[in-house]
Amino acid sequence: MSDVMINASNVTRNFSISRGMFRGKKTLRAVNGVNLTVKRGEVLALVGESGCGKTTLAKILLGLLPQTAGSITLCGKPINEVPRLELARLVQPIFQDPYSSLNPRKSIGSIIGLPMHVQGVEDSHAIRRQVETTMDLVGLPSRLFGSYPNQLSGGQRQRVAIARALVNRPQVIVCDEPTSALDVSVQSQILNLLSDLRKELNLTYIIISHNLAVVEHIATRVAVMYLGRLVEEAKTTELFARPQHPYTVALLESVLTPEPSLGIPNTQLGASYPNPIDPPNGCAFHPRCARAMPQCSTQAPNGTRLGQAFVECHLYGDESH
Amino acid sequence: MPDRVLEVKNLSVDIPLAEGVLHAVDDLNIHVDKGETLCIVGESGCGKSLTSLAIMDLLPKKAIRKLHQLDLAGTSILDYSEKQMSDIRGNKMGMIFQEPMTSLNPAFTIGNQMVETLQRHRNISGENAKKTALIMLEKVGITAADQRLKQYPHQLSGGLRQRVMIAMTLLCEPELIIADEPTTALDVTIQAQILLLLKELQSEYEMGLILITHDLGVVARIATRVAVMYAGQIVEEGTVQQIFENPMHPYTRGLMRCIPVPGKTKPGEPLGSIPGMVPSLIGEFTGCRFADRCSHATDTCRSLNVNLRAEEENTQAYRCIIDPKTMAKVA
Repeated sequence: MSDVMINASNVTRNFSISRGMFRGKKTLRAVNGVNLTVKRGEVLALVGESGCGKTTLAKILLGLLPQTAGSITLCGKPINEVPRLELARLVQPIFQDPYSSLNPRKSIGSIIGLPMHVQGVEDSHAIRRQVETTMDLVGLPSRLFGSYPNQLSGGQRQRVAIARALVNRPQVIVCDEPTSALDVSVQSQILNLLSDLRKELNLTYIIISHNLAVVEHIATRVAVMYLGRLVEEAKTTELFARPQHPYTVALLESVLTPEPSLGIPNTQLGASYPNPIDPPNGCAFHPRCARAMPQCSTQAPNGTRLGQAFVECHLYGDESH
Repeated sequence: MPDRVLEVKNLSVDIPLAEGVLHAVDDLNIHVDKGETLCIVGESGCGKSLTSLAIMDLLPKKAIRKLHQLDLAGTSILDYSEKQMSDIRGNKMGMIFQEPMTSLNPAFTIGNQMVETLQRHRNISGENAKKTALIMLEKVGITAADQRLKQYPHQLSGGLRQRVMIAMTLLCEPELIIADEPTTALDVTIQAQILLLLKELQSEYEMGLILITHDLGVVARIATRVAVMYAGQIVEEGTVQQIFENPMHPYTRGLMRCIPVPGKTKPGEPLGSIPGMVPSLIGEFTGCRFADRCSHATDTCRSLNVNLRAEEENTQAYRCIIDPKTMAKVA
């Protein structure tokens, strides 16, 4: 099974939240029983509102946070058994804000070359060569080698962050909101670059984004998260053409495409996102759901496979059996 | 012109720096009518936020504001003193900022802050002010409003905070609201709700609304008129249909090609992009500011200052000398 890059089964991450001196601790289930399979060359997008656990899941996949329960395999090996250095060689992150993810006191060359030092490469000529090839790959002119981050524009900085992630030629890139801090014209350049690099280096991406237009453009599969649960997962074209879960429907309705005649959608979602420490009983989405049924407030739905897609909602599947 | 809420003529903002004078906003004219939404759109550093601060006279001390005319609801407020301006701000002219957490005072309850706003501008008893605040919170769709009044900003979610901000802004029934990226910090689902709320309240109170944003999706759905800014200038101005259906300026056209549109752009196909960077605005600038990034630019573009002009009475105004026919051919 060499073409399955990441396989997560029943991954859970709990945080224990202190609520004051005398009230004891409470458990927050940031990621709650997530199953995911990512194949080589796929672009999986994780979408959902803030607080739904997408960043926590990404951190677990990067090996930055251990999971509380469940198992993750990377290229067939359990992620907890992969040594740190090897994990870092296989999976690399790109963060949202290139203004805070680059050390302002280091030159571009040393920022991009640092992961090679970490991996134990000592030949400085080899490092320089590799850094320059990678800079070329992401469209950074090599004269910027000795520059500092403050001399660069936002788009160039994000290119530096991408080059740093790529310098050891990883297999998987986890991008947490890679373009949301950038201007529109720069955003499109970075998205094009990410697409080109994927084809060129046969990379696998996990992209976290709240911009669904971007997701539709770049992702091959989309996983929708709500309060730590994966509520729907499908191929991008499928999901955008026929969203199944009422939450996905509402999420897609809220996307403001640049079409002046359409007006502002009324999603009927209600204002409040539930407190994740105290999630609703039954289906976590039922208080905001337009199609909620009596059983939704008492019984948690089971996941249902619909062809290639997965949805977790009482509207689908055969609960009666 | 009784229906004109805001008229700004020849606004310039200069910021003196060690390297020279930065011309952040250059000779800008805007106006807003009653019940109208003007969206100012542009990338970071184009001067859109400085424009809004200049209108409210809230520019940083260093910045120099030059203006020929500034009328709010038919009265000139150009020569108002700081005291007079602060009587207007929050009263006739409301503001909504991007991050509601930083514009609400964390040390006071919502109720406290709302009552204070009312008592600052109206001769009203604490009891009545509280009642008005309560009604306003309910109006912006906040449930259990009487409990919310006793809460502090950190106890509310981002969407609720922004609703509270809107309620506060509306307390004194302003003629004009300036909203600077009001939904950028919010989730898409909440964004749609807040914009819908703003639009409904705007038509109810017949306010003028200036919305500053970089999100073309937001602009398309809420604007009546759009002003596209680039490097301190308005490069194109027209109704929302004109700008989105038939953009004329190469920059506007470029922007439109940069955004993925579900159903229109093909997934996986490269998006359009605008090469190059915004020019430095320090010192004097001659010629078109977009010339270095424009694929149609000629030598004339680099030497000639072009004014914002409309081809005909009922088309949008834009700042470009290239014949639209040749532009269409290349693009």
